[in-house]
Amino acid sequence: MAIELPENVMVSRLDELASWCRKNSLWPMPFATACCGIELMATGAAKHDLARFGAEVFRFSPRQCDLMIVAGRVVMKMLPVLQRIWLQMHEPKWCISMGACASTGGVFDTYAVVQGIDRFIPVDMYVPGCPPRPEQLIQAIIDLQDKIQREGTITGREFDTSQRQLRKRALVDVTGVLQVDAARNPVIQRELRFPRSESRLP
Amino acid sequence: MAEAHSKDTVDSRADDAIESLAARFPGLESSTYRGQVRVVIGAGVALEFFTHLKQLGFNQLIDVTCVDYLEYRGATRRYGLVYLLTATGTGRRLTVRLFVDDPEPAVPSISGLWRSANWLEREVWDMFGIRFIGHPDLRRLLMPEEFLAHPLRKDYPLQGRGERHNFPVLTREDG
Repeated sequence: MAIELPENVMVSRLDELASWCRKNSLWPMPFATACCGIELMATGAAKHDLARFGAEVFRFSPRQCDLMIVAGRVVMKMLPVLQRIWLQMHEPKWCISMGACASTGGVFDTYAVVQGIDRFIPVDMYVPGCPPRPEQLIQAIIDLQDKIQREGTITGREFDTSQRQLRKRALVDVTGVLQVDAARNPVIQRELRFPRSESRLP
Repeated sequence: MAEAHSKDTVDSRADDAIESLAARFPGLESSTYRGQVRVVIGAGVALEFFTHLKQLGFNQLIDVTCVDYLEYRGATRRYGLVYLLTATGTGRRLTVRLFVDDPEPAVPSISGLWRSANWLEREVWDMFGIRFIGHPDLRRLLMPEEFLAHPLRKDYPLQGRGERHNFPVLTREDG
């Protein structure tokens, strides 16, 4: 049975409609701690003009944002702040790890610098570079838009897959390398007590 | 005024400072390098020494810092504290060295004499673990309060002892 549609009417899935809305109005939360933050500002400014991709509304309040851009190194004193801000953001939300330091610790392989934020919060896109050019960040946002359109659902089911809940490799390495301190490390102790996905914040 | 800044003038000023200190504290070890005076004192006379310096007009404490001489060639003492002082009235400067050793390195606090010593001593405590006796508020300055080690000690590994991994891991289901 054919249904005749009036002009200017399209048929879609609700999931795709929601994803289309979300991907074209990403509101970034700039977590800029270092020189990557300068490039982040340049990305949002007139020359590179992030507004072309609907993501120019930088908000410094996590309640108003759905895209966290971690630009720069995160030290161990800052990580609890980063995690708190991430928890304060509303679903659905995404995270871009911008630059070598946010992704891996970069050249700062020292006691105070976290060796990649993906060890402690979920990350959707990694941007290489030290610091990355604005074009690279824009490419990451375009790729993230593709990802949202491709797998987004109106209820956020894509965040519940078992693969998304996997623990990151770093903790396994830590238990192997730093045997001495495993007994004093609350994260490792909790990992041992509640294996994998049962682990929660205290 | 040109000759006021010549080398001789600076040297004679420096010599004056050393002479007056040597008269008061016999056996004081001192050296001069390009007009900059450096004296080495013991922890026992530190408070008396610094009180005397302040009376001499050294009214500004520029810096308090420390060097860990562990495995340093020829070194006999482990920690060498550095006090940089200035007399703003005369422009004289003085470097005071004070050596302490493990275990439980401790020196008297001079935060009662110069208020700038308060945070400087907290930083040295934080980074080197040298206790400043009489300090009003000896808490960590840079590292988080729950941090256990003193990271600028030479026997502390550069990559830490797991402190940077010491956080809960958030997943998507944590919110």
